[in-house]
Amino acid sequence: MTALQIIFLITAVITLGAAAMVVITRNLVHAALWLIMTFFGISVLYVLLNAGFLAVAQVVIYIGAISILMIFAIMLTRRVQQDFGPQTNAAWPWALVIAAALFGGLIWIFSGWGNFFTQAPVMGERADPLRQLGMALVSPEQYVIPFEVASVMLTAALIGAIMVAWERK
Amino acid sequence: MIPLSYFLVFAAALFSIGLYGVLARRNAIAILMGVELMLNAVNINLVAFWRYITPTQIAGQAFAVMVFAVAAAEVAVGLALVISIYRRRNTVVADDIDLLKF
Repeated sequence: MTALQIIFLITAVITLGAAAMVVITRNLVHAALWLIMTFFGISVLYVLLNAGFLAVAQVVIYIGAISILMIFAIMLTRRVQQDFGPQTNAAWPWALVIAAALFGGLIWIFSGWGNFFTQAPVMGERADPLRQLGMALVSPEQYVIPFEVASVMLTAALIGAIMVAWERK
Repeated sequence: MIPLSYFLVFAAALFSIGLYGVLARRNAIAILMGVELMLNAVNINLVAFWRYITPTQIAGQAFAVMVFAVAAAEVAVGLALVISIYRRRNTVVADDIDLLKF
């Protein structure tokens, strides 16, 4: 057991526990706070994977924007489902069975794959993933068109969200 | 060092938890939270495969950035729909919003 493995295991247990609390807790505001904790754990995993930019983007986008948006929406639609009534629908045992079967199936498929226990190749001294990512997102041979389409889609989604949530007099 | 299997098992577990949340929760906002968990699991997988299998090509990280953008758009439109439905029908329970079911 190396130090990195111990760090990974602690982070994974905390993150999975927080994710489980997101789906089982009754109070939605608490669920949103557990969701923030899950996002923090995933950000730590990005650091372990040498993806520093994604770790920062995870904190800024998911924790800073998406979670806050969720909390706003919860507070705007409150007092509907506070603490009465079941929080899960009638078919929740089937949902549990499907989720467990998916997990088992994924592990079964992975365990038959030759590279399952592969170790990370050493990153060279000269390797600079951040620079590589930046170049890839704006170079015409690589991902400039998906990048531009994503920005147009974000604009369309924001205008659409305003139109949908607009209160017509 | 951490083998690739740790990340794959973690991402599979996170995806399954998110799937359970999407299938079992009644509140529409809780369903959106489950979708976010699933998207994050996919992102972990993309970045792990980039780091362990193809570290010289940046495709995994570039796809993860696209997933970030799609997740932001999805949650903005989804929450706007939830708020609009709440205003008209006074409910956020997914079971009650089934007019398109037939």
